[in-house]
Amino acid sequence: MNAAVSTDELTDWLRMMTLIRGFEERVKNLFSQGLVRGTTHLATGQEAVAVGASAALQPDDWVLGTYRGHHHALARGMSPASAFAEILGRSTGVCRGKGGSMHLTDVSHGVMGSYAIVGAHLPIAVGCAWSSKIQDLGRVAVCFFGDGTTTIGAFHEAVNLAAVWKLPAIFVCENNRYSEYTPIDQVSPVAHAAADRAAGYGIPGVVIDGNDVAAIRDAVDVAADRARRGAGPTIVEAETYRHGGHSRADPATYRPEQEVEHWLQRDPVAAVRRQLEATAEPGRAEQVETEASDQLDRALEEALAAPEPDLSTLTDDVYARAL
Amino acid sequence: MAQITLAKGLNQGLRAALEADPKVIVMGEDVGKLGGVFRITDGLQKDFGEDRVIDTPLAESGILGTAVGLAMRGYRPVCEIQFDGFVYPAYDQIVSQVAKIHFRSQGKIRMPIVIRIPFGGGIGAVEHHSESPEAQFAHTAGLKVVACSNPVDGFHMIQQAIASDDPIVFFEPKRQYHADKAELDESVQPAALFSSRVVREGSDATLLAYGPMVKTCVQAAQAAADEGQSLEVIDLRTLSPLDLVPVVESVRKTGRVIVTHEATVNLGLGSEIAARISEQCFYSLEAPVLRVGGFDTPYPPSRIEDDYLPDLDRVLDAVDRALAY
Repeated sequence: MNAAVSTDELTDWLRMMTLIRGFEERVKNLFSQGLVRGTTHLATGQEAVAVGASAALQPDDWVLGTYRGHHHALARGMSPASAFAEILGRSTGVCRGKGGSMHLTDVSHGVMGSYAIVGAHLPIAVGCAWSSKIQDLGRVAVCFFGDGTTTIGAFHEAVNLAAVWKLPAIFVCENNRYSEYTPIDQVSPVAHAAADRAAGYGIPGVVIDGNDVAAIRDAVDVAADRARRGAGPTIVEAETYRHGGHSRADPATYRPEQEVEHWLQRDPVAAVRRQLEATAEPGRAEQVETEASDQLDRALEEALAAPEPDLSTLTDDVYARAL
Repeated sequence: MAQITLAKGLNQGLRAALEADPKVIVMGEDVGKLGGVFRITDGLQKDFGEDRVIDTPLAESGILGTAVGLAMRGYRPVCEIQFDGFVYPAYDQIVSQVAKIHFRSQGKIRMPIVIRIPFGGGIGAVEHHSESPEAQFAHTAGLKVVACSNPVDGFHMIQQAIASDDPIVFFEPKRQYHADKAELDESVQPAALFSSRVVREGSDATLLAYGPMVKTCVQAAQAAADEGQSLEVIDLRTLSPLDLVPVVESVRKTGRVIVTHEATVNLGLGSEIAARISEQCFYSLEAPVLRVGGFDTPYPPSRIEDDYLPDLDRVLDAVDRALAY
């Protein structure tokens, strides 16, 4: 565990985490400016989980995320321009503008969907993992979900299925302490909502610092190794924090100020930045941040210039078309 | 030529589909070693192996969700729901994911999943085991819904459904599984999956039916013939999309139509069909479109099941009412 982290790795991590945070700041602005109607669910503060897990995966592994899922998709390589375009409802979006913020999907990058029904995607990840086992592909399916998911039936059905069939699945709980608006400890009888359940299915359950990229990478690395060996799934519970509310409209005033302050001090992006500054030449961090910011500005400009889907496509693709 | 039951027709159809395409996977509760509680998958695991005919845990949401993941990876899962009333735990996956992923991904991801549901009453099996939830799926864009009524259709329709690139909820009339035999001539080209069919010609009124009610309506038409009434019977076969071409043609001829189903009348398929007939055949109608179906109650205990199910008498009463206009 905790293999040494190189300066190059830290550079990559800071680049991606800055990209994710900047992406979501811009997304929030798009909604605030009225350029997109509805709401969005930001992962600000939880970036380390997606970046750390991705660092342990192969390019052809699969990930599935939730409606709070921009970070998972970007960390796996979804282009920010097509993600912006999707959220803006433009025809160049990853789902041609009909999926939106909560449904980013990009099979070409192994992003097998983001799901807005809590828990629905755990069994879907099981199906992906099963295909790997049947075809002996050695690929793993990583399913990200929140702490609130552990109280839903599909969580238990999926973990049982994966455990009993020894499927190459990794269940990564981003425990941000809130099940939407309710503290998870009010609705979960166990201290570690996800990991403590692992024993009931005879699989490993580990609890890690979800704001520590290296810790997440190492835990997912161990789980992926176990999965690829045919030994079955693992539950990884990453303890982290949602800097903002459940959705864009939620000021999250139900949270104690001290708690918020404590976690803001533990900002994962700032942590990686400090680590990089300690090892890299002066100016590296600023350079990475500037490049990420420029990349996002270009991507957003491209997305905003893209056409909206023609109204005539409204009824397209409800059903499959003949090939 | 072989005389087969509906159960055998479905079994042979599944076998043919498993042989034709290695991506076809049959999964469900007790479908493997046991061959399913109705024996529809009898012998398939023995011949195709445990990787293709899979005994799952009791977990309908998990089964359907897993099927979604497999479909995303290019498989064609065929999920058996053990009894109609057991589909509700999977309802979320079916309505929120199976029906929507193709649209959500704008055609980049297909969902060629078949959900087999033994439906309807008549076997003394009370609620959860005798229900007719087809309208709940026909109401969902993105799903297609069909119902077979006889052994030959069972054989062909299950193969056609599995070959479809869209998700299909496939209703099988469980009380017909082992009831009647029919001759299967594989050299006869099957009708298209999404087509309805006239099964008995007549001129005085039209009876529309699907699944278990087809037999009831044919019997009603035979009884009516003894009284000098000529009833046309149409097996709808496809519930979503509806194929009303033969229906419209028939109603223009008879001017009177009765829609039948075991499902409760309120907002059942009959309501939609009545609305469409009134739109398309307004000047041909001699009487309002009438509906015969289950009462608007939960499915009753077996003791009174026979009074609950629409039978020959209820159908013929409706015919008399239609003819009285």
